[in-house]
Amino acid sequence: MPSRLLKGARVVDPANGRNGEFDVLIENGRIARVGKDLPAEGSSVVELPRGLIICPGLIDMHVHLREPGQEHKETVATGTAAAVAGGFTAVACMPNTSPVNDNAGVTGYILRKAADASLARVYPIGAVSRGQLGEQLADIAELREAGCVAITDDGRPVATALLMRRALEYAGMFNMAVIEHCEDQTLKGDGVAHEGFQASTLGLRGIPGVAESIMALRDISLAELTGGAVHIAHMSARQSLDAVRYGKARGARVTCEVTPHHFVLTDEMLGAPVPYDTNVKMNPPLRDAADRDAMLQGLADGSVDVIATDHAPHHYDEKQVEFDHAPFGITGLETALSLCFDRLVHPGIVSMSRLIELLAVNPARILHVPGGSLSAGAPADITILAPDLPVTVSAARMRSKSKNTPFDGWQLRGGVAATIVDGRTVYLNDEFASSRI
Amino acid sequence: MKKDLLGIADLSPEEIYQILDTAEAMREIGERPIKKVPTLRGKTIVNLFYEPSTRTRTSFEIAEKRLSADTLNIAVATSSVLKGETLADTAMNIEAMAPDMIVLRHASSGACHLLSRICRSRIINAGDGMHEHPTQALLDAFTIRQHNQYIDRLKVAIVGDLLHSRVLRSNVLLLTKLGADVWLSGPPTLMPPGIERVGVHVTTSVDEAVADADVIMMLRIQQERMQGSFFPSLREYFNVFGMTAERVRRAKPGVIIMHPGPINRGVEIASEVADGPYSVILEQVANGVAVRMAVLYLLAGGVEEGD
Repeated sequence: MPSRLLKGARVVDPANGRNGEFDVLIENGRIARVGKDLPAEGSSVVELPRGLIICPGLIDMHVHLREPGQEHKETVATGTAAAVAGGFTAVACMPNTSPVNDNAGVTGYILRKAADASLARVYPIGAVSRGQLGEQLADIAELREAGCVAITDDGRPVATALLMRRALEYAGMFNMAVIEHCEDQTLKGDGVAHEGFQASTLGLRGIPGVAESIMALRDISLAELTGGAVHIAHMSARQSLDAVRYGKARGARVTCEVTPHHFVLTDEMLGAPVPYDTNVKMNPPLRDAADRDAMLQGLADGSVDVIATDHAPHHYDEKQVEFDHAPFGITGLETALSLCFDRLVHPGIVSMSRLIELLAVNPARILHVPGGSLSAGAPADITILAPDLPVTVSAARMRSKSKNTPFDGWQLRGGVAATIVDGRTVYLNDEFASSRI
Repeated sequence: MKKDLLGIADLSPEEIYQILDTAEAMREIGERPIKKVPTLRGKTIVNLFYEPSTRTRTSFEIAEKRLSADTLNIAVATSSVLKGETLADTAMNIEAMAPDMIVLRHASSGACHLLSRICRSRIINAGDGMHEHPTQALLDAFTIRQHNQYIDRLKVAIVGDLLHSRVLRSNVLLLTKLGADVWLSGPPTLMPPGIERVGVHVTTSVDEAVADADVIMMLRIQQERMQGSFFPSLREYFNVFGMTAERVRRAKPGVIIMHPGPINRGVEIASEVADGPYSVILEQVANGVAVRMAVLYLLAGGVEEGD
């Protein structure tokens, strides 16, 4: 592949302290140079349309690719197609497949599927416990050797403090984070929505915010005890944010992520515009405005480390049922970036460079994977953003195999122009088809 | 009226009064020697019941028959539900046979909204999960009005398992829409969080709720709630929250005592209260037929007008 020189865009690369107009030279799938007015020297020059931003490839550290076992919802191929369309050059996939990713065989299978698809990078996350049953540790060294970058029993919290302690201690040996879906199962019970006024009037069983924060506090205490790193997945409750701030202040190794739906939506979506819409059923549930505002505050002040989607595809058959019976989860890969622009950057809640920390720098740091910067010599994983692009969300046109999104029809400002992995353009938005990116 | 009756939440006070006034006329039909009018002749109504129900199903069926509708009952035990068919598929299959209305009782809140989105037939909610039971609240209002001239000047106390009760939610919406002063009482473990935002008083003191009340509405306690640690024992529940003869003696003269049934004697209500002079429990059952006739008539009327 000939070398390519990208010109005419603003480069936002917080890891290297760059935020301004620079040229980016891509050679042999790697970033060769980033600088002002680089000479063409035989490389093909790509003059980008005005107003675009070049940033390190975005990394979604929380997705469900459903393969193996639930290919009717998503496959590694369709999930990574959705990822690159959403601007993500890499995704980390959760182990709650069928069978569970608790051994090298499953990890290897996922990685082979990812290589076949050859779109986004895929970083498998292994199970904490065998079968995610919360009883016996999975073979964590084997998982790491096979390519897993962290461990989690996502979907199922690690039920006992003892097993969580052991997981933090053991995974600490490999400097792997333990990612926790924090939820006290006894407080959750058979809840399906955030406990509060909305659930009360709609007659839905509630899940209080403290079901999350109780376990977050437990895990933070255990991280402090063991020196291990805990990452709080899809944080939704303001009490959990307080717990994270407490842990960080004490020097515990705790990080956390928030999903776009938890910083955009509230539980008022349960009743309107579509009452009992199963596309607003997810776990953790949409919480109330005070929780949503707390998440925005945490994103703004640096308490939140990462924006991750918890992309959870489900077949429409599975969602076309009673609210109680529908599975939890919504897709997120193809809506996240537009929601971030529209609800975080344009209103001035986070800066552009902070957004790149949330979507690229910090996920790479927490998972200890390459990426997150445009340093010379690094693989050319690059996302080209179109901050002012008018976007109308269309579930029908999504690459994901599943269409379970509550954002269908939303009009947002900001999107993806192109996604480049290993120097190869793996996604180009039709709006920019003439730009030869 | 709208296409469906999904809940009291969708009704205006005018629509509520229209139903209650229409029910007055319907009640008269039930007092005739031949209790049948041709109003809904040629209309097909499916009673689709996913939960066991004696009172509500019978009441709807009698109401439908008195209006000359063709009715059929699908109960969970005899339906293809056991073969794993989804609610949406069952509904679409019934739809394919072109009924005019579907009366749905279902254990999941919002089940009627799901049907409403996929069916042309008019949907009547006969109780969905913990959400609403609109015809129960309407028949309760009808009964209250038989004993009191105005609903908007009344103090109504509702006591019992508020959390799991669809009757509670429909009654709270209806009574507050009509301007009643509504007091809720029960153990804190069985109160829906945030319910006071609807505009009701909430107290754990039954005596405070009942003091000077014109209407006392008791809600059923499911015996299995003890397993969920909602309260320690049925005996303690009765002692703290039960409607005892002693409590009724202290109540306002002329108070009426209601219960949507089925009653647990000696749990939420003492037998001598349920069978006593202030109890209107069987009147409620009788009025249920008239109120459901009114709802069916008004919804079908919309069909005839071409909608």
